[in-house]
Amino acid sequence: MKYLKTEILVGCFMLMGIVAAVILALQVAGLVFNSKTETYTVYAKFSDIGSLRLRAPVRIGGVNIGRVSGISLEPETMTPIVAIGISKEFDKISNESKASIQTSGLIGEQYIAITPGFYDEEMGTTYLKDGDYIVDTGSAVILEDLISKFVFNSSVKTGEESKKD
Amino acid sequence: MTDFIGMLGRYALRKITSLGRSTIIFFNSIFGVPNLKKAFPLLVNQIYFIGVQSIIIILVSGLFIGMVLGLQGFNILKNFMATGSLGTLVSLAIIRELGPVVSALLYAGRAGSALTAEIGQLKASEQLSAMEMMAVDPLKRVIAPRFWAGLISMPILSLLFCLIGIYGGKLVGVDWLGLDDGIYWSGMQASVDVWDDLIPMLIKAVSFGFICTWIALFNGYDCRPTSEGISRATTATVVQSSLAVLGMDFILTALMF
Repeated sequence: MKYLKTEILVGCFMLMGIVAAVILALQVAGLVFNSKTETYTVYAKFSDIGSLRLRAPVRIGGVNIGRVSGISLEPETMTPIVAIGISKEFDKISNESKASIQTSGLIGEQYIAITPGFYDEEMGTTYLKDGDYIVDTGSAVILEDLISKFVFNSSVKTGEESKKD
Repeated sequence: MTDFIGMLGRYALRKITSLGRSTIIFFNSIFGVPNLKKAFPLLVNQIYFIGVQSIIIILVSGLFIGMVLGLQGFNILKNFMATGSLGTLVSLAIIRELGPVVSALLYAGRAGSALTAEIGQLKASEQLSAMEMMAVDPLKRVIAPRFWAGLISMPILSLLFCLIGIYGGKLVGVDWLGLDDGIYWSGMQASVDVWDDLIPMLIKAVSFGFICTWIALFNGYDCRPTSEGISRATTATVVQSSLAVLGMDFILTALMF
């Protein structure tokens, strides 16, 4: 048993390594083992997606219900199409719902906010299912556009005012 | 003039020869079929020497680097009213760069130099030749276990470094300067990804362990068997491994992030 002390210490060392890896993965990287949750994909056309990226969150009322799973351009009309993966848990979303691209905070990440619409079978609305399109969409608000609009308008106004004087 | 050209040629030839020799030694030592039953205790002993005995220096420096990052980061982010990003800053800086690089530099200084000196001493006192006389291959008996021990220890040391560094940042930012605990962790969890950050960190750590151990072992094996030769080889180990780690870090970062 010559190696006993060394072996115990080396065993502890390896164990510490494994524990450190697990803590880093769970606590620091926030790894959650729910990758098995099944999703269904719906599509939405936007006129401008701003800086929306793959894997951006999709939210209803601030609660994450899925992720952006693909961004592509429709060749004929040149409009961006965003594929949205929503987890199967949330399958009661009316097809009258509105999808809009919003920004968290002033300069934060962009995400898709879905505002639930009404559901009434007699009016012909259905629940969204795999492959459906969300018709009602709102494009990204681009901060630079707003600023340029504001600057442009205010300069025009001051010009008019100076003419009056 | 001819002397000068001759000198250049000799210099280049010597360098190329030593690179070739180190490659041959490397392949002989790691691909030599080991007798597992005999090799395992040797490996355990070397992991103890290389890994376990480096824990203290790794933990202490990791803690202080995390604390410094927490302090500097908090004071600078305060100017932008963005102290909520402290967790992101500390964790990404440590996991992506500081963890693997600093622990590799410490490893080169702590374990690499010791490996070179030990093997140089074995060579100077002709113990390596004695092993060959007894039909024991010194590459398998001496070099291979040390190489594998380095390769196994380095990622573990760097994981420990990252972990304690992040907790050091938390100690300063959250417990002393009053940032909210939840904000620190949630900012971190939102920005650190297992596949984008942790796995590249481990790849970096393994490559640094590989390059540092290889340089240390080769310098020891190839040194002039005198006390001066050993001291030169030890210096060369630390200098070469530090440069190799920093250079390789840039290449790996450019490739992976």
